[in-house]
Amino acid sequence: MTEPFAKRGEMDQGVLRFAWYSLVLVAKGYTLALVIGTPLGFLLGLSKLFAKGFDPLIQILRPVSPLAWLPLGLVLFEKSAPAALFTIAICAMWPTVLNTAMGVRAIPQDYLNVARVLKLSGPQRLFKILLPATLPYMFTGFRLSLGIAWLVIVAVEMLTGAPGIGGFLWQEYNSLIYEHIILCIVTIGVIGFVLDLGMSMVERRFRTA
Amino acid sequence: MAFLELQNVSKGFGSGRQRVSVLRSVDLSVARGEFVAVVGYSGAGKTTLLSLIAGLLRADAGQLTLDGREIREPGPDRGVVFQSYSLLPWLTVEQNVALGVDSVFPDWPAEKRRDHVLEYIALVNLTPARHKRPAELSGGMRQRVSVARALATNPAILLLDEPFGALDALTRATLQGELEALWARDKKTVVLVTNDVDEAVLLADRIVPMTVGPGATLGPAIPVNLPRPRNRKAVNHDARFKEVRGRVIEYLLGPARRRPTPVSPSLQEAYA
Repeated sequence: MTEPFAKRGEMDQGVLRFAWYSLVLVAKGYTLALVIGTPLGFLLGLSKLFAKGFDPLIQILRPVSPLAWLPLGLVLFEKSAPAALFTIAICAMWPTVLNTAMGVRAIPQDYLNVARVLKLSGPQRLFKILLPATLPYMFTGFRLSLGIAWLVIVAVEMLTGAPGIGGFLWQEYNSLIYEHIILCIVTIGVIGFVLDLGMSMVERRFRTA
Repeated sequence: MAFLELQNVSKGFGSGRQRVSVLRSVDLSVARGEFVAVVGYSGAGKTTLLSLIAGLLRADAGQLTLDGREIREPGPDRGVVFQSYSLLPWLTVEQNVALGVDSVFPDWPAEKRRDHVLEYIALVNLTPARHKRPAELSGGMRQRVSVARALATNPAILLLDEPFGALDALTRATLQGELEALWARDKKTVVLVTNDVDEAVLLADRIVPMTVGPGATLGPAIPVNLPRPRNRKAVNHDARFKEVRGRVIEYLLGPARRRPTPVSPSLQEAYA
């Protein structure tokens, strides 16, 4: 409690040290979610056929609880760390996918006409028109995704017992140290808030329109 | 065959019972270097006509050719100035103009492309504002950027879709003057669609009135034989100016309306 960064043993570390492990895992899973989710969103937004085919699948996968994905991840990867990554990525990517797709569909016809009249090449069209026009929607998705990733990590760690803020929380519950449970909850809340704040700052930095 | 030739062009939207015919058997010939204005009511199908020439839409029937080649898709030989400016808000004036130049002249060295962009920005008197974004510009300045962007790709024909419709009267007059000067400079072929009769008379060599939609078509062309440059102030008292304007309005209020459509009394008074 008084030494938040101390490391005394595998499951005997300071709360912020545990939180740091969780953050690293979240960062990896979140990156994976964005790397998969953004192009997927673009495809969904650009192609009506693709959207029609994939929308039902997405609507079914989206509401699945993180706790349901984790066992599948454990079966597939046989280790808790990649399973956690898998769970974070697959739960966190939906807001990015859906918002990006919505943003692409919301691009004013005017801009697309400009691209056609000026005969822009594929990459020019993507980087000068599609991407900047979609950016505000994408960031809304990114922000929601980050929130979900942080929610998921706690649940995942409670199940896997891996060293992290969620694992620590569960361990302290088992050790009946209630004040540490409260400490964990507060820490999780504050970190979530800081993450969201950081994201909105990045969003403002990249504001296009 | 004329430079731009439209033969029996028709276009409709929707399908089945909901189908609305917008343009019906439109014929139009524009000579090289000619300035033609298509004047008609709002919603008559003027923008549709221009989109067909631009290649943004495909005609259901009929033929469109530019310089003997059929129009199938948009191309850099046709520069378009949209009513809504259609500037990209995340790019500066210079970048907006460069967008077209980079795309149409990819073989030019970067230096030459940049000089070319700056030349056209100077042409529309926006050099001091070249690093600004569209949101920081007035409506008139934005439309100047749009004109520069369209001209900089060196198109064979310039298509103007109510370019000054969203501007206040004074700015509109200024830009009309500038447009005439630009046109006089390199005698580009221009098709202007507008609902402003005065604008058409002031700028065009020939005015083609459009009938009321749905199923609109073009009426008989009215030549404008006024000397250039046309001074907006002087021309107001010119008998020939009044005569041409009178003929256009007469057609628009008369034969152009096969079916009775309400025309606001103020408009009739204004043109009486």
